[in-house]
Amino acid sequence: MAQAKSKVGVRKWGLKDSILTYLPIEPLIRLIKGSKKKNGTFDSMRSRNARIGTLFVLPFILGFLVFMLRPLCESLLMSLSAVKIIQGAGYTSTLNGFENYKYALTVDPDFNNFLVDEIGRMAINAISTLVLSFVIAVILNQNFKGRTAARAIFFLPVILASGVLPGIEAQVGSNQEITMIESVAEELSSSSGINISATLEELLSVSGMASSVFDILFTMIDSIYDIVMASGIQIIVFLSGLQAISPSLYEAADMEGCTAWESFWKITFPMVSPLLLVNCIYTIIDFFMKNDNKVMERINTVMYSQLRFGESAAMSWIYFAIALAFIAVSSFIITRGVHYYED
Amino acid sequence: MKTNKTEMIRKRDFWEANRQSGGYLLRNKISKMIVSVVRALLLFGLCFMIIQPLLTRFSTSLMPEKDLYDSTVILVPREITFDNYRIVADLTGLPKSMLNTLWTCTLVSVLQVIACTLVGYGFARYDFPLKKLWFGCVIVTIIVPPQTIATALYMNFVDFDVLGIIKLFTGKGVKLHGSIVPYSLMSITCMGLKNGLYIYMLRQYFRGIPKSLEEAAYVDGCGSLHTFVRIMLPDAMPTILSCFLFSFVWQWTDLFYTRNFLSNYTIFSNELSTILTRMSLYFSNETGKPTIVPVGRQMQLVSIGILVCSLPLIILYIFTQRTFVESIAMSGTKE
Repeated sequence: MAQAKSKVGVRKWGLKDSILTYLPIEPLIRLIKGSKKKNGTFDSMRSRNARIGTLFVLPFILGFLVFMLRPLCESLLMSLSAVKIIQGAGYTSTLNGFENYKYALTVDPDFNNFLVDEIGRMAINAISTLVLSFVIAVILNQNFKGRTAARAIFFLPVILASGVLPGIEAQVGSNQEITMIESVAEELSSSSGINISATLEELLSVSGMASSVFDILFTMIDSIYDIVMASGIQIIVFLSGLQAISPSLYEAADMEGCTAWESFWKITFPMVSPLLLVNCIYTIIDFFMKNDNKVMERINTVMYSQLRFGESAAMSWIYFAIALAFIAVSSFIITRGVHYYED
Repeated sequence: MKTNKTEMIRKRDFWEANRQSGGYLLRNKISKMIVSVVRALLLFGLCFMIIQPLLTRFSTSLMPEKDLYDSTVILVPREITFDNYRIVADLTGLPKSMLNTLWTCTLVSVLQVIACTLVGYGFARYDFPLKKLWFGCVIVTIIVPPQTIATALYMNFVDFDVLGIIKLFTGKGVKLHGSIVPYSLMSITCMGLKNGLYIYMLRQYFRGIPKSLEEAAYVDGCGSLHTFVRIMLPDAMPTILSCFLFSFVWQWTDLFYTRNFLSNYTIFSNELSTILTRMSLYFSNETGKPTIVPVGRQMQLVSIGILVCSLPLIILYIFTQRTFVESIAMSGTKE
């Protein structure tokens, strides 16, 4: 339809148009008037196409109304009311204002801490995921032996880090003492006894440089496994953006005497930057919905084990609002810095 | 002997040329070599990091219990045993749970992909009132965490009714909870796991098909449905296939929808998530006295569970790797 738009100049759907499209007024009028001549003004090609299009989209519209909008409203209501479960007969709810939100933020022992923890972790992880996936995409875009294999391996985490798989191992021994788990986990996962990053951290902290910056840096380095596991899709998206850049741009830059470093910042980065937004949003959503997320776990326990439906609804609304705020802020920042290449 | 000679000549030529270029050639060559070595190291390290847990899990899965605590055994077990696999199979109800997973996943993903293809096509090629609003709703379904609506959905299916129509006839809603019907209904209406994403991907693909193709079909007398089935679908098959694969893989490991809607079936991911709680009971029954399973043992069995869960997916991935990677690449470029 995009091409048609530029040629014809699409009319907007006014109220009258929409009503005429969906209601069979036109045949009725014809019936009343008794004329058999087809009148092109009412039932145009456009409204016929619109009806067919709506038919195609209908499954989604129905699903959205029944399984999304209604539960969404109900859950919003639930979060604002005290919910009591009645055996075998559903539930009753009475409005009680913001009691559940108060409970979630002030009474619940863990929710607060988990929320702050996860948001901090997410901010760091999102930034490092974006940077790392961009770097890896740039590398995978170069020519070298075994490129296909490398690409296949980097995409593997999309499968390996989905659903139950990442969270389940963390639950092991959650009721036993932590020191023991850690030692066993180390035994199982690392074959060598030397921890390079810890040694380096010690050295640097002894030298007395700005420690808070190093702390953040070392959290990033220590969580590199998580980051790589979370960046499969992002790498592919960046890679596709890189492949879309025409080689003649680089050739021209090379002729003008650009170094590789300069052409990276002057060509590669601006050309791929629109994808930064897509990836950033994807990363944030992905992180917020992961199963090994402590907040998600907390919401699940409050809902399924404690059967506090109102409180859990309030918690998930708080969580959702924060996710939305994050997406809004980051897309605001990124869209200001993004360069859109018109072709 | 002759090749040696030409080699020598080439070498001499290189040094000659290098001298003429004022050392540029040599510097260039060395820097290229350094770059490729660094790149190889980096890639190898990262790839190893992704693969290594799989390999470790595999090697520990073959160890008997006493090897786990033996600090001289690191990767290679002293004796290979398949007992652990038998235990995990018992714990997760293996042949049955795997078969159940297989058929539910296939059914659900087929339904999801059919629905998402139709919807994606509608959004890409037709113009209708409120189109932007509905597409905004697609984005909303991507962003809303399923947990937010879980409770309400759950209640919805305990007493299922579409806008009060069924109540009108029978007096009360249908109890759909516990069967696969609710989730199939959600799948056919694009409300399954990450379905907004598939709609988006397919829409991006359909938008890229030239308008003239469609027009030619119309001129030749194809109706709308005919055009869709005959012209558009065959073209979109790779993308549709990859959506199916994504849907299948994510459904396979999914816990949330499985726990909420398919709890009456023994589904592997569900069994895996509760494996820890059943472990001590299992071993108590086995030995005839109450036992606490040591953490190392728990870890080993969970690792095997993960391995068993991901093995079919990895095999599937090896065969369809190209489809996966390329389709994402395609949907990313066009906006």
